[in-house]
Amino acid sequence: MTAAVSIRTVSRLFHQFTALNEVSLEIAAGEFIVLLGPSGCGKTTLLSILGGFLLPSSGQVLIADKDMTFVPPARRPTTTMFQDYALFPHMCLRDNVGFGLRMRGMARAERYEKAFGFLDLVGLKASSAKKPHELSGGQRQRVALARALAVDPDVLLLDEPLGALDLKLRRQMQDELKAIQKRVGTTFVHVTHDQEEAMAIADRIVVMNAGRIEDVGAPAEIYMRPKSLFSAGFMGEVNFLDGKAIARDDDDVLVETPLGRLALPATAFTAGDARAGQKLSLVIRPEHFRGPAETAGSPGSLSLGEARITSSAFFGTHQRCHVAPVSSPSLSLVVHMPQTAQLADGVCVPLAVQAADIVALPAVTEA
Amino acid sequence: MLRHRLSTLLAVIYAAALFGFIFLPVAVLVLFSFQDGRLPVPPFNGFSLQWYEAIFADRKLMAALLNSLIVATASSAVACLLGFMAAYGFARYKLPGSVLQRGLLIAPMTVSYLIIALGLLTVLNTLGIGLSLWTVGIGHVVINLPLCFAIIYSSMGDHHVNIERAARDLGASDWKVMLLVTAPMLMPSILASFFLSVTFSWDEFIIAFLLSRFNVTLPVEIWSLLRSGLNPKTNAIGSVVFLASIALLAILELTLFRKKNTP
Repeated sequence: MTAAVSIRTVSRLFHQFTALNEVSLEIAAGEFIVLLGPSGCGKTTLLSILGGFLLPSSGQVLIADKDMTFVPPARRPTTTMFQDYALFPHMCLRDNVGFGLRMRGMARAERYEKAFGFLDLVGLKASSAKKPHELSGGQRQRVALARALAVDPDVLLLDEPLGALDLKLRRQMQDELKAIQKRVGTTFVHVTHDQEEAMAIADRIVVMNAGRIEDVGAPAEIYMRPKSLFSAGFMGEVNFLDGKAIARDDDDVLVETPLGRLALPATAFTAGDARAGQKLSLVIRPEHFRGPAETAGSPGSLSLGEARITSSAFFGTHQRCHVAPVSSPSLSLVVHMPQTAQLADGVCVPLAVQAADIVALPAVTEA
Repeated sequence: MLRHRLSTLLAVIYAAALFGFIFLPVAVLVLFSFQDGRLPVPPFNGFSLQWYEAIFADRKLMAALLNSLIVATASSAVACLLGFMAAYGFARYKLPGSVLQRGLLIAPMTVSYLIIALGLLTVLNTLGIGLSLWTVGIGHVVINLPLCFAIIYSSMGDHHVNIERAARDLGASDWKVMLLVTAPMLMPSILASFFLSVTFSWDEFIIAFLLSRFNVTLPVEIWSLLRSGLNPKTNAIGSVVFLASIALLAILELTLFRKKNTP
């Protein structure tokens, strides 16, 4: 089963601290949503409110168009997969997975059959008589998933479920989670602070910071066209370049930067049109700088002049360099160069960027 | 080398003296329960089981033994149940004056059994409740409840909160969470407090003496035996009591030990 979720101007206060500040979000049925943000951003608070473990100070939560704001967890069509798995240590896997069905009054034989089915789904059918302490972290995680899915929830809430796993296992579990979600079709709301994890599994990512939603969109959209400086900075390495809108020129906006005057298309302004004179931050990902070989007069390419390499390191897929632009030596930019580029500290390389790759956002005004 | 040997020797002597000091009286008691003669004092005249025969033939003693068993198990079960529920309440809910209330619950541990017995006696008299094994049981619940509460409360960690939450999330009511999840998870400490309570109740004299009338528990019966002078029979029944306590302790150790190996 699956259902849509509607979060309407939900706020939550803890004493004086605002953990959630008028958050609104529409989640479609069957969607895989990831709430992403640093610790303390309110993502876990939001998940707890969806699960019914916390009541919002104001606002409304609807699941399948029914008001669930004050319904206790046991009577919601949601189940939660906890960060520490929270398996019942004294029960075998079969009884763990069948617990929710038992609470719904299902007869033993039927319940066991269903539990076996869900253990099979996560590849642990053969271990059904084991106790949780006999399993590895990844296996426990799967049992927790099977247990949460066994009661056929409309919405599955996942609270950093992969946080305790090592990197390799985490990547593997991401793929499995995604595959299982596609199979069962349940709406998944997944909380994490790992942006790579978020990009790997999400249909849509919700970037949160300081109790607010900063950005919502598909992973590529969030990464390539972030709508806030925080979102841009959180989704991976990025360069921020100060700028100032000076004039409109047909469809383009002229922006004055320390690296020269750039003409940016209107699509670069993801957070809304710029007024003339407005202070801007230009967002440029390290991999969007073109290497010396690619810059030669391609259309839409903006030259940023030459830059001197101050340090470089080989990263496998690319070389990561710090460079100081010749026209503004006090700046330091991070640039990804091709694997094969012959680089040495002190060498000058030409820098260029495709205009379409740049995102321009209003600069944060100094308080 | 010599110094090392000397210190080892001293350590061995010290340990021997320590254990001797603790266990010699018990060993002597057990030894003279096998005395072939009328007095449980040296010299040891020879090995005989006659006193064991005598105690198992003594219907009053056997009745007292049964009474003790009933009072010990029933009062411990009640103390455990109440202790568990109190611990659950204090660990999972924010209660007014929680620290003070917990202190009040544990406080009877520091009060002497004599005072508790006298207090209960006064209360029972005022209420017009006659003395019986029931009143002894009430007294034993009073002394064991703080212990059960303290043991169970200390094992109710925050790491269980999420597990209970998961149970609730999967549709369990509060009672089912307690019965099917919390209590089984805390079984080691619940069993530990139960068996400790049983041993305390089994040995307890003052409350049992002051709060009983016609039906008495074993320690009270032994005491009345002692009034008629030293007799290897008292040694024999004492040995049986000791054996029972040791057996309980062994069960306790084994169950706890087993649980510790498989957390």
